[in-house]
Amino acid sequence: MTTTASTMTELDVRADFPILSRKIGGKRLVYLDSSNTSQKPERVIAAIDDYYRNRNANIHRGVYPLAVEADALFEAARERIAAFTGGEARATIFTANATAAINLVAYSWARASLTPQDAVLVTEMEHHANIVPWQLATAATGAQLRWLDIDEQGLLSLDQLDAELATGDVKLVAVAHVSNVLGTINPVKEIVRRAHDAGARVLIDGAQAVPQMPVDVGTIGADFYAWTGHKALGPTGIGVLQADAAVLEQMPPFLAGGDMIERVTRERSTWNELPWKFEAGTSMIAEAVGLGAAVDYLAALGMTRAREHERMLTAYALEQLSALDGIQIHGPLTADARGGLVSFSVDGIHPHDLAELLGREGVCVRASHHCAQPLMAKLGVPATTRASFAAYNVSEDVDALIAAVRSAQRIFA
Amino acid sequence: MDDLYRDFILEHYKRPRNFGELEPHDLEAHEYNPLCGDEIGVQIKVADGKIADLRFNGHGCAISQAAASIATEELIGMDVEEAAKLDADWMLALLGIDISATRRKCALLLLKALRHAITGDGSWPVGATD
Ligand SMILES: Cc1ncc(COP(=O)(O)O)c(C=O)c1O
Repeated sequence: MTTTASTMTELDVRADFPILSRKIGGKRLVYLDSSNTSQKPERVIAAIDDYYRNRNANIHRGVYPLAVEADALFEAARERIAAFTGGEARATIFTANATAAINLVAYSWARASLTPQDAVLVTEMEHHANIVPWQLATAATGAQLRWLDIDEQGLLSLDQLDAELATGDVKLVAVAHVSNVLGTINPVKEIVRRAHDAGARVLIDGAQAVPQMPVDVGTIGADFYAWTGHKALGPTGIGVLQADAAVLEQMPPFLAGGDMIERVTRERSTWNELPWKFEAGTSMIAEAVGLGAAVDYLAALGMTRAREHERMLTAYALEQLSALDGIQIHGPLTADARGGLVSFSVDGIHPHDLAELLGREGVCVRASHHCAQPLMAKLGVPATTRASFAAYNVSEDVDALIAAVRSAQRIFA
Repeated sequence: MDDLYRDFILEHYKRPRNFGELEPHDLEAHEYNPLCGDEIGVQIKVADGKIADLRFNGHGCAISQAAASIATEELIGMDVEEAAKLDADWMLALLGIDISATRRKCALLLLKALRHAITGDGSWPVGATD
C-alpha cells in the first residue's frame, strides 16, 4: 500500500485566512458554508487593498502611467484567471457573478437562436440561476423547456440524455458541473460530446466545480462555462463566462454602452472585439485583481491537492453522519462521486432549527432550499442542511459538526 | 437551558394544539415563508362575532409551528375584530423568547395567515417599534 503525503499530514492552511481566527460567542469559527460563499485568504484581501491604495485608475481609457498600470493589472488578471481553468483570455468574459454569466447567454445567444421548434434541456438538480433564465428565454422565443431526471442517488442518466437528443430539437443543454445540493459531479465532458454530436450547444454551470477541483474548459469543450469569483476564494461582484470564441463572435452584444463599442455614430454602432464586446461600462477592476490573486493562491496550493483534501473531508463527514441515528443523506453515497459538500436531513428537526443550534456552537452551515426548489420537490423535503468544505477546513471541523448535530438531537429528543 | 428552544416551545412543536382541518369553516388563508419553506394554513369558524373554533395546519421549523400552536390557544373565543387587530408585539410577547431578526417571520406566520383570513390583508404583521 502506498501512503500519500496528504494521508500522513492533513493539509492545514487555516492561518492563511484571517477570518478563521475569529471567535463567535466564544467558540472557534467552524466555517462549513463555502459552497455558499468562500472565505478569502490574506493574499486576496491584500491585493484588493493594494489596488485601491496604490494603483486605482479607470482602465481602457487613460494614457497616463497610473491608468496604464491599472489596465495592465486588470488584463493580466484576466490572463491568469483564463489560464487557471484552461481557457483563452479573449473568450473569458467578466460578469457580475455566475448568474449574470448565464443570463448573458440566455439573452444574447438564446434569444437570437431559439425558435418555437427548439428545446432547452435542463436538469432537476439545477440551481435557480440555471433554470429561471431558461424559463424566460424559452417563454420569449416559444421554445420548449424540458428536464432531465435524477435517480435516487442523485445521478443523471446519459440514456435519458440520448433519448432527448434523439428527438432532434434540443438546441441547448444547460447543466451543473457539480450540484450545489447533492454534490453530484456530472460527466460534463461526455454530456458535451453527446450534445455536440446531436448539434446542440452546452452551457455548464461551474459555480461549485471551479472552487474545488481541477477544471479544464478546453478539455470539457462546452460552448459556455460559467462560474463565480466569491465561491473560489475571490471577492463578490465578479463572475466569469468562458466560451467558445467562435460562438461569441456570432452572438449579438448583451449589455450596451461604453467600452463594448468600436465606433458609435448617430445612426448605429459597431462592436469592440472579444472579450470587451460583452463588457459594457466600467469593469469590476478591483474584483478582477482580487480574483487574480485567488486563482494564484489556488494554483500554488494545487487543485488536485485541494480536491483530494476536500474529498477526504467529505468521506469523513459521510462516515460520521451515517453513524448517527435519524440522519438521511442526500446525493451520491461515496465521496468519489461528489464534490466537497454533504446535504442531510435529521429526523424531527427542521433544517432551520438545526442551523440555528449549530450556529451557536460556531458551526456555520446552510439550511435552505439552496435556490433549488424543483430539486427539493423531487427529494420531498422543504429544505436541507448542507455542510460544505474548502481547502481551509480540517477534520476537526467535521468533529465539531457531528458534536453539534448530536447536541441538537438531544435538545429535540 | 436553551433560550430559544425552551421546553414549552418544543412541547408545542411536538404536540401542536388545534392542528388539522376544520370543516365547515367560514374563513381561511394559507401563508408561506420563502426563507425556510414554512407553510401555515388556518381555518376559522365564526359565531356571534367570535372565533368559535380554529385549526391550523402546515409544516415548518419549531418556532413557526410552536408559535402557531401557542397562538391558537389564545385565539379561540376571541372577538374576530379584536383578533384582526393583533400585531407582531402580541405574538412575540406570547412567545416570550428572544427571536433574531431572521427568525421573526417564522414566529409571525400564523398571525399573518389569521389576519389574511379575517381582513384579506396578507402583509407581514408589524409591531409598535417596527
Ligand atoms: C450551482 C450554482 N450555480 C449558480 C450559483 C449562483 O452564483 P452567484 O450567486 O454567484 O451568481 C450558485 C451559488 O449559489 C450555485 O451553487
